[in-house]
Amino acid sequence: MLRYIVRRLIQLVVVMFVLSLLLFLWLRSLPGGPDSAICGERCTPDQRVAMRHALGMDQPIWVQYFKYMGRVFTGNFGYSSGVEPGTPAIEVFLHRLPATIELTIGALIFAIVLGIPLGYFAARRKGGIFDNLGIISSLVGIAIPVFFLAYLLKFVFAVKLGWLPDSGRQSTDLAQPATRVTGFFVLDGLITREWDASWDAFRHLILPSIALGTIPFAVIFRITRSSVIDVQNEDYVRTAEAKGLTTQVIRRRHILRNAMLPVVTVTGLQVGALLAGAVLTETVFAYPGLGQATAIAFQLRDFAVLQVLVLASAATYTLVNLVVDLSYALIDPRIRTR
Amino acid sequence: MPLLEVEDLGVEFRRRGLEPFRAVDGVSFDVDPGQTVGLVGESGCGKSVTSLAIMRLLMPRGNRVTGRVSFDGTDLLRLPIRDMRDRRGRDLAMIFQDPLSSLNPVISIGLQVTEVLQRHRGMKQSAARAEARDLLDQVGIPDPDRRLKEYPHQLSGGMRQRALIAMAVACRPRLLIADEPTTALDVTIQAQILQLLGTLVRENGTALIMITHDLGVVAGLCDEVNVLYGGRIVERANRHELFATPQHPYTHGLLASIPRLDAPAGERLHPVQGSVSDNIPWTSACAFAPRCGNEVDRCRSASPELTAAPLGHGHQLRCFNPVLPDGAGVGATGGSAPVDSAGEAL
Repeated sequence: MLRYIVRRLIQLVVVMFVLSLLLFLWLRSLPGGPDSAICGERCTPDQRVAMRHALGMDQPIWVQYFKYMGRVFTGNFGYSSGVEPGTPAIEVFLHRLPATIELTIGALIFAIVLGIPLGYFAARRKGGIFDNLGIISSLVGIAIPVFFLAYLLKFVFAVKLGWLPDSGRQSTDLAQPATRVTGFFVLDGLITREWDASWDAFRHLILPSIALGTIPFAVIFRITRSSVIDVQNEDYVRTAEAKGLTTQVIRRRHILRNAMLPVVTVTGLQVGALLAGAVLTETVFAYPGLGQATAIAFQLRDFAVLQVLVLASAATYTLVNLVVDLSYALIDPRIRTR
Repeated sequence: MPLLEVEDLGVEFRRRGLEPFRAVDGVSFDVDPGQTVGLVGESGCGKSVTSLAIMRLLMPRGNRVTGRVSFDGTDLLRLPIRDMRDRRGRDLAMIFQDPLSSLNPVISIGLQVTEVLQRHRGMKQSAARAEARDLLDQVGIPDPDRRLKEYPHQLSGGMRQRALIAMAVACRPRLLIADEPTTALDVTIQAQILQLLGTLVRENGTALIMITHDLGVVAGLCDEVNVLYGGRIVERANRHELFATPQHPYTHGLLASIPRLDAPAGERLHPVQGSVSDNIPWTSACAFAPRCGNEVDRCRSASPELTAAPLGHGHQLRCFNPVLPDGAGVGATGGSAPVDSAGEAL
């Protein structure tokens, strides 16, 4: 098991190296660059040359790459030129990470709390009205563009009805400014007993979580449904019935537990994707997470920040997958004892 | 008084756009306490469906079960499902064909045994654990303490079947149904499992319904044998009579199809010709007629009843033209025959 983990981690390092090179080349092959973003439209050619020199952009690309990698190994990922100018890129990443994690958790709770029970229920009444409604709505959930759904939610619940805030992570008009401890706003409020701040941050999370969680919800719903349908026809469920076990035990112990195996895998893949940052959702709700930073960094050609964000998301994706594989072993003894 | 009386049991599967399929068509038989009764026939003859219907384990939708299954005086088919759940695993238990797929792969053997004990005997965790240990020991699983903690994939095929048997006999049921319990096992293990079943049944006075296509199993274990064909019982006799004087052409075919070790090498096997798909409905003919070497005109125009056989005591037969030891069919010429008149008399 340990060897397996080590092997996976070595794979991760290789992936990161290759990715960093590709990313570096690709970003620099794009039209425009941080120099024009910083100088603006009306700078003179001389100013631009000076700026390119200051940024080291006048050197051959491979020299730039090796210098960059050299700095990376000393922990210096460069400085943001556009998202938060002058801040180390790694810091931009680090202080936006909690926001994205919070949103990911929100979206996942929405997806899991709805997806698994509804999927189970649909499977038990396969072919019924509820099942068909569920299939249709999950289809809509996958098909509807996220930004459209996000605007729709925002328009209805924030603008028209005014039930929930329309953007950001925290209101600016709190009675007293919220204290920051961990960077997870809901958690911070609980730790410092600033209940209003915690509640406010929670309310800010609702709409983005729904918008972001819709696709994972649809995926989890469908996988749960088909998995439960498969499992409830298994011979061992019939054995459990033949033993006269109560419906409750049969469902929980014999059906759900087995049916959860594929659901865990799929959910894990979703987590990986969500943690990379939800560009569309965060942009629509002006939510200051990694997704929003990615969008801004791209517009402003903030290479340093983009590089950190993309590499970090690749790393999270791989690590989350590793965790999913390991958790699989927890539920399935056939993998654990091999 | 019999422990189990199955009377006119019928199972129909509804099929979209087609006539419902009658998998079991008026099957009746009794099982006395401590008795072992065999249900024998090829795949598709309705033997497994019969057992599932008795246990009420058929999928709740898409089928219709008729008739009566009286267990110790209670009609199981009319029992509220809650009460049926109370009885399953406690009064009647079942062992299935494929031990690997019949065990839950992600739960330890220990929990799969103790859950029955906790459910029906109200045992606490620790007591159930100790009892489960004894049960595994009883069914011949070596090192039961270790096996309790293991998972099905870690056990050998024979041990898995033993574990399933342990679960089935955990509450000392009065009736045990074994649905081809040895089919998935190799021959030496088969013999061990059969011996184990025989011992358990004798020691606990449990009645056993043995479902099999293997006449060897029948010969070793059953007191009485019912041969099923096309959802109906075509021949019923005690074990000795069935092997000594089989009279239904189908039973004959089954016996003749067993390859013999003393036959010369290279001799052809003797399968029963055709397959179940050749069946014609029982309604106005004998379903076996298309595959029967012994058929007469009546077989295609009238449906035979289960009646006393020309030979033997309590031997019953559903045939117009049985195969008799001297080789001459009783009704071969006209089909009048004592069989038939006995049928009308009954």
